[in-house]
Amino acid sequence: MNLHEYQAKELLAKYGLPVQRGILANSAEEAAAAYDTLGGKFAVVKAQVHAGGRGKAGGVKVVKSREEAAEVAKTLIGTNLVTYQTDAAGQPVHSVLVCEDMYPVQRELYLGAVVDRSSQRVVFMVSTEGGVEIEKVAEETPEKIIKIEVDPLVGMQPFQGRDAAFALGLSGSQIAAFTKLILGSYKAFVENDFALFEVNPLALRENGELACVDGKINLDSNALHRHPELLAQRDKSQENEREVKASEFDLNYVALEGNIGCMVNGAGLAMATMDIIKLKGGQPANFLDVGGGATKERVIEAFKLILADTSVKGVLINIFGGIVRCDMIAEAIIAAVKEVHVTVPVVVRLEGNNAELGAKILDESGLKLTSAQGLNDAAEKIVAAVKAIS
Amino acid sequence: MSVLVNKDTKVLVQGFTGKNGTFHAEQALKVGTKVVGGVTPGKGGSEHLGLPVFNTMKDAVRQTQADASVIYVPAAFAKDSILEAIDSGVKLIVCITEGVPTLDMLYVKKAVDEAGIRLIGPNCPGVITPGECKIGIMPWHIHNPGRIGIVSRSGTLTYEAVAQTTALGLGQSTCIGIGGDPIPGTSHIDALKLFQDDPDTDAIIMIGEIGGSAEEEAAEFAKAYVKKPVVGYIAGVTAPKGKRMGHAGAIISGGKGTAEEKFAAFERAGIAYTRSPAEIGKTMFELLKSKGMIK
Repeated sequence: MNLHEYQAKELLAKYGLPVQRGILANSAEEAAAAYDTLGGKFAVVKAQVHAGGRGKAGGVKVVKSREEAAEVAKTLIGTNLVTYQTDAAGQPVHSVLVCEDMYPVQRELYLGAVVDRSSQRVVFMVSTEGGVEIEKVAEETPEKIIKIEVDPLVGMQPFQGRDAAFALGLSGSQIAAFTKLILGSYKAFVENDFALFEVNPLALRENGELACVDGKINLDSNALHRHPELLAQRDKSQENEREVKASEFDLNYVALEGNIGCMVNGAGLAMATMDIIKLKGGQPANFLDVGGGATKERVIEAFKLILADTSVKGVLINIFGGIVRCDMIAEAIIAAVKEVHVTVPVVVRLEGNNAELGAKILDESGLKLTSAQGLNDAAEKIVAAVKAIS
Repeated sequence: MSVLVNKDTKVLVQGFTGKNGTFHAEQALKVGTKVVGGVTPGKGGSEHLGLPVFNTMKDAVRQTQADASVIYVPAAFAKDSILEAIDSGVKLIVCITEGVPTLDMLYVKKAVDEAGIRLIGPNCPGVITPGECKIGIMPWHIHNPGRIGIVSRSGTLTYEAVAQTTALGLGQSTCIGIGGDPIPGTSHIDALKLFQDDPDTDAIIMIGEIGGSAEEEAAEFAKAYVKKPVVGYIAGVTAPKGKRMGHAGAIISGGKGTAEEKFAAFERAGIAYTRSPAEIGKTMFELLKSKGMIK
């Protein structure tokens, strides 16, 4: 789950981080009032969406009057912002953050952290190259990214913060200020189950103080049960509608660009099913893991999700029954097809217990269901069926 | 004697009297796995499936001399259950539970490593030595005793490889589902090492998926250490960037962890691989044939 910039900044401020002052505005009037409250000559109005690249996409504007603040807020709120990180439709803007202007600054630094899978530790990254995409820095000048690995049992220590501060070329009181900032970040990371954390840029201001000008936080979805206050901040409008719907039924769904819908049990097999459709010359329309219990109810919901995507011209169901009996799954599929009124061709591959009986039940159902033997056969049949009608 | 588990392995079930614990313990018992009891705090002293229930893992191990434990508790309690199992003295812990917070696993991984205990999972189907011992949720009947070791991040994709090798008459020595989480207890490298050192395993199937760099690291390890034939497969060629594909660990982030990078690592390490999930068994069959290991 992602947090908005304003939510991330609020959270980081609680951990003593010096964040850029900002006021959330849901309308032009509120933006104008925010400009007055901030009281500076300039202010920055930033669209609140779950995507990077806002600046280049016109989602961040400097304003120099309350009227201008209102005008920018008016043009942004209610529209969709398209950045290089969003799809073609973009992300809806429901609010803007009106921030104090901090520029010009001495330098723009970078601060980020992830759970590193190789070292199995939380790893912080700092760099003198802030204000640009860190992936680009990592690719072109990896030596400019300094990594700090944190032992989970010991936690981050002040010396690690100092190391980083000196490496960033900070001096004087900035060393202590940066150390406090990074220790606070680590505390926020582990206490709130961050998966990804980024302050970019971390500004070194003209007056020598540090300030978090942006804040990006991604939370570990598996840990949200212990952070109800963060879960309450989820903004579903920023997520794909069908993916949100799927999560309500405990289905894992990811929308793709193709026209062959997929319904599979197990995440790995679901990916493999997408891949084999592609290998056979088709294009998968989605990833969908129905999980272990392919019951009638779940299959119905899965069909609804898949068919809500109007580009879907056929559906491949691939279930490795395992312990569940395939004849039961076949009955569930037939019931679901009848209830949802599926009209596109459906190819079903059932493997495991009673697979032959399952296939027989499907073939004799009188519905537009084709049974398949094995992965190759299943993928070939659905690709051919979709080609025949498009 | 295969790896990790065999006909003598004595297994305890944590979360024994719950729905999942009960169902899968029954399935394991049916095929002759030595399930010796289980733990449900507060229900100690009672019987379940004709076996003793204990309040604590320490009690359970003391009274049953169990070697292994399998965990079916909800995700919020998985960390505690794994740590309890470590403390009890079992040598193998299999955590089936899905949805364990990643930061919990950072502590747990440290703890199992320091104690020298093998953890499989979490978020995995478990481990099976066909004909001898089943610890986990995999379907017994698709397996066949044989000499191929299988390691995989995905449950149903493991079954796919199992069914294919069984159909070709190859069979499996042991299958290890290491799970789809970012911080697994056992890695591909650990499993490769176990299989290389096992006299009853002749060849290895390694199934990976997008996310992280465990497959790349395993490919390098295989090149240096593994003398047995290895076949690789990676799921997720068509997965979009930045989207979590069901498994917590299956995500291409910052452009890293793509299937193509992993296939390239197989290529560099000289590992045979297939891009089709339907041809994992066939690729292994042909590799063994070309080496004169089967006719």
